[in-house]
Amino acid sequence: MTAHDMKHAGSDSARLEAVGGRLSRVDGPAKITGAARYAFEQQLEGLTHAVLVGTTIAAGKVTGIDTRAAETAPGVLAVLTPDTIMELNSASDWFGRQPSEETYCPLVREVTFSGQHIAAVVAETLEQAVAAAALVKVGYDETPAIVDLSDGSDGIPVDAMTKEWGDAEAAFAEAPVRVCASYNTPREFQAAMEPHGLIARWEGDELTIWEPSQWLDGMARTYAEWFGVPFENVRLVSPYIGGGFGSKALALAHSAVAAAAAKMLGRPVKLVLNRPQNFTSYGGRAATRQTVAIGADKAGRIQSIVHRGVNETAVDGMWVEPLGSVTSIMYATPNFSSKQNVVRVNTVVPGAKRAPGENPSAFGIECAIDELAYELGIDPLEMRLINYAEQDPHAKKAWSTRQLREAFAAGAEAFGWARRSREPRSMRDGHQLIGWGVAAGTYPVRRAYGEAVVKLLADGSVEVESSSIDMGQGTYTILAQTAAETLGVPVEKVSVRLGDSHFARAGVTGGSRLAGVMTGAVYKAAGQALDELIGLALSDPRSPFHGLQANTLQVKGGRIAAPRGDGPEFSIAELMSTLGREKIEAKGDTVPASFTPEQRYNNYTTIAMALPHTEGEHSRHSWCAHFVEVRVDEDFGTVRVSRVVSALDSGRLYNPKLAESQWKGGIVMGIGQALLEEGIVDRRHGRIVNGNLADYMLPTNADIPDIQTISVGIPDPHSSALGGKGVGELGIVGVAPAIANAVFHATGKRVRDLPITLEKLI
Amino acid sequence: MRDFSYLRVDSVEAARNAAALPGAMLLAGGTTLIDLAKCGVAEPATVIDISYIEGLNAIDVTADRAVIGALAKMSHVADNAEVKSHFPAVSEALWQAASAQLRNMATIGGNLMQRTRCPYFRDPQNFPACNKREPGSGCSAIGGVTRGHAVLGTSEACIATYPGDLAIALVAFDAEVDLGERKLKVEDFFLAPGATAEREHDIRPGEVITAIEIPGSAAARRSTYLKVRDRQSYEFAAASAAVGLELEGDGRTIRDIRVAVGGVATKPWRAREVEDALKGKPLDEATVRKASELAMESAVDHGANHYKIALAPRVIARAILQLGETA
Ligand SMILES: Cc1cc2nc3c(=O)[nH]c(=O)nc-3n(C[C@H](O)[C@H](O)[C@H](O)COP(=O)(O)OP(=O)(O)OC[C@H]3O[C@@H](n4cnc5c(N)ncnc54)[C@H](O)[C@@H]3O)c2cc1C
Ligand code: SF4
Repeated sequence: MTAHDMKHAGSDSARLEAVGGRLSRVDGPAKITGAARYAFEQQLEGLTHAVLVGTTIAAGKVTGIDTRAAETAPGVLAVLTPDTIMELNSASDWFGRQPSEETYCPLVREVTFSGQHIAAVVAETLEQAVAAAALVKVGYDETPAIVDLSDGSDGIPVDAMTKEWGDAEAAFAEAPVRVCASYNTPREFQAAMEPHGLIARWEGDELTIWEPSQWLDGMARTYAEWFGVPFENVRLVSPYIGGGFGSKALALAHSAVAAAAAKMLGRPVKLVLNRPQNFTSYGGRAATRQTVAIGADKAGRIQSIVHRGVNETAVDGMWVEPLGSVTSIMYATPNFSSKQNVVRVNTVVPGAKRAPGENPSAFGIECAIDELAYELGIDPLEMRLINYAEQDPHAKKAWSTRQLREAFAAGAEAFGWARRSREPRSMRDGHQLIGWGVAAGTYPVRRAYGEAVVKLLADGSVEVESSSIDMGQGTYTILAQTAAETLGVPVEKVSVRLGDSHFARAGVTGGSRLAGVMTGAVYKAAGQALDELIGLALSDPRSPFHGLQANTLQVKGGRIAAPRGDGPEFSIAELMSTLGREKIEAKGDTVPASFTPEQRYNNYTTIAMALPHTEGEHSRHSWCAHFVEVRVDEDFGTVRVSRVVSALDSGRLYNPKLAESQWKGGIVMGIGQALLEEGIVDRRHGRIVNGNLADYMLPTNADIPDIQTISVGIPDPHSSALGGKGVGELGIVGVAPAIANAVFHATGKRVRDLPITLEKLI
Repeated sequence: MRDFSYLRVDSVEAARNAAALPGAMLLAGGTTLIDLAKCGVAEPATVIDISYIEGLNAIDVTADRAVIGALAKMSHVADNAEVKSHFPAVSEALWQAASAQLRNMATIGGNLMQRTRCPYFRDPQNFPACNKREPGSGCSAIGGVTRGHAVLGTSEACIATYPGDLAIALVAFDAEVDLGERKLKVEDFFLAPGATAEREHDIRPGEVITAIEIPGSAAARRSTYLKVRDRQSYEFAAASAAVGLELEGDGRTIRDIRVAVGGVATKPWRAREVEDALKGKPLDEATVRKASELAMESAVDHGANHYKIALAPRVIARAILQLGETA
């Protein structure tokens, strides 16, 4: 698409169905009426139920598992332990790297965290399985656990995370103005409403899995490798997902247990994690610590940034939360150093939660720059503009697009930033201290290749198929819009089918890449289908357009005609029937023609083929600026966010209504992160004690004020086929520091440990 | 499987008889009982469903007295116009409790009987030691995560906070709980743990709460409930105060005052020290703040809950001063 085309599409966006139109979610009615069938709602003949038994210690050995009572309990079909579960092959990781071990056992003998799976009970009913699971007796040889970052050493350096230019330490030492502080974020959880789990069914050596999934093809690969069956033999079905936030992209230990149990029993098995197990069976956001030192001259120009980060990882797994990702690109600085370590603690391997890396990274640098602004007596917004990075300071490349200056301006204007009084504790309303804070955020544009199938059917309707997914972000809707616009048919004529790994393949839905990848693929596939239709219409002797002196035709509102409108006009259905065609099907992809089948397979089943965001001449990122007002009760220390205005640059928006929902969702989650969320560990046992939704605090409606979002993006041709950049993760990045900065402005207290709970302020 | 029998009764008499059976538990709204059964804390042999008993949900309020049936729903009581005008603190305590969905299910009788939110109490599988569940087994909370635990009325056996809101307002206004044969002051109905953490209420096998009664008073009419917590809604109190105020004719001398605190004690806690220090005194900020400190004189913290000692008096003081501002 050329810039001219994009402009044209932009001006057309008043039309609801066009790309850029504010079409409501097409999957909304199915969800509201209950017609949408989620993974666990499949009704299968002969379904059995599995319940996991977890460790009650955080470190040590299992010395014995007594399953006798469980085995003889009513309805029990099998009790699986490390000794009795079938042996699985190890599977490659998400980069496609081969495993070091040959075999894999999802039930453990060596305990590395509390809640780890050691056994599973399968029974005829869920209640029987729950009751029998409680009868499994486990003996342990307990050893001391490392419970969190404060326990560990400095950890293991992750050299790949090091980013340096200039001489940062020397320049910091010489800088006339310096700030240096540590910023901590706790273990956080995705807390999706729908729990993790699956139904597994074997038919011969064909496996069908109903499981909420952000990555059907990647998970299918894992299952295929575990069980040594061809990739094609595994079918994953996940048409609807009740929230993932990064947690549902991988097949996990509990997935392996259920699929193995189904194979062993020859009956379908359903295994759904209960709520506490959702806090221990897969990782949330790793706890992090960062030290940010900034040296500046008297005019506020940054001379040096020295950044050191640590995140927790597991004893038996590696998770690196890239803490220098925002630090290294947000501001211009001649000298920079960022290094990161990981510390192994007794926890489940941490994982991805909305904007992994960028989110905690922004908390560090965006608080630190605020501290520098106060140190210098410069307005925090002005401070950011003084140090505006005109190009990517790390990659030393031009930004593809960076509407951050525009975001600051638009946000400040709408928020009324100019009326802010500078001094902390200078604004109040009765007992409430009022604070205004600002922070910026960013998220890289992750790109990949995609494919899609578009079918034009005899009745003039259109089907789009892809094994990508919709977990609420709006994939169904924007792909319908893309197909409708490209084909020239009304959007109600388009049905989009997703979430079946037997559809056209798709890579991971993560890193905010799906919309850009899939609109590109559907645009291409739909274009091919349209070309085929027009080609037939002009060339087939049966066609009413045959012999017309036109070299193309035009489709609008589902009707096909000569471009000047001077010839006949037919509906697509009429034309298809005249042509005697049942359907026209096109599979379009954006994969380079040079790719081998192996490369194609890896493109969809690993993340190794993703394109770097700094590939070529540009550095590609989304940007945002959050302006926040908080009210802090001077006696109670309670913080309430009373206003949020965010201006965001996600490039061109395929559907502004859905993009705004995503941004707002991110901002809501950011409010939770800033003020409420924290996995609380009992240090004596290395165990989360608030692993449930009553005690793990998430914001309620009452905690969320009106949120105003302003789009300042322009189409970015370097980022995606249709000009969009990432949307889903951007919104959360920068919210927590904006709130922390506002709390400082309100109270004069700098809280550097999230969440900002009341006892930190009284 | 944990089987239990389910018995639906249609009279208080039948409920009493059934409640005397070993392992029997009453089921009203079910929001506590079913929750605890899922956690593995409650293991009833017989569940006696009292929710079909007719007439037990009556709400009868005059200026002199409120009689609220045990089966009245939290949301109905909160929304009752007479309750709002004669006992505003009661309505406010209910509005700020739990969530709309829970308030629509939960009953007043069940509310009094709700159990502590101590995370160790609620997780028998991982924490076998809990004196409240298993007398003599120890206390897992002491030395652990104690941010929500009590600072008043604790013992070496148990430091669990009484979590409810309504009962704080009830003890402030000398309410009584009607058990049929007996009537008890709500304040006496709740027991501090002492050496018997498992005994939370003075209720005997076979007894059923039929109603609560709150005597009307000038202080109850001019009353409020202030609840402070990190989350704006749907969270138990970090600290709360139920306060009622009656001023002399001069409009500034305190004739009668009631103060009870929640979220900080092992039972609904009447702060008589604060009341005594303020009766006959002028209603001014310095006096009120100073007197409010007295509520915490006997407080003992366990580390992470230390903030409650500073917080609770501020909540009390704010509640009193806010009442003073309303004519
Ligand atoms: C997530 C969550 C959050 C909550 N937040 C709050 C809060 O912020 N503030 C607050 O105050 N409460 C809160 N609650 C507690 C809630 O108010 C209680 O669960 C509810 O009031 C119990 O009433 P019920 O009718 O459902 O009781 P049930 O669950 O039916 O019964 C509870 C107990 O009382 C006994 N019982 C019931 N009726 C009688 C009777 N008439 N005589 C004798 N015994 C009886 C039962 O045997 C049982 O042991 C919360 C609860 C939940 C689950
Ligand atoms: S504080 Fe009380 S309820 Fe909690 S573990 Fe200790 S004894 Fe049990």
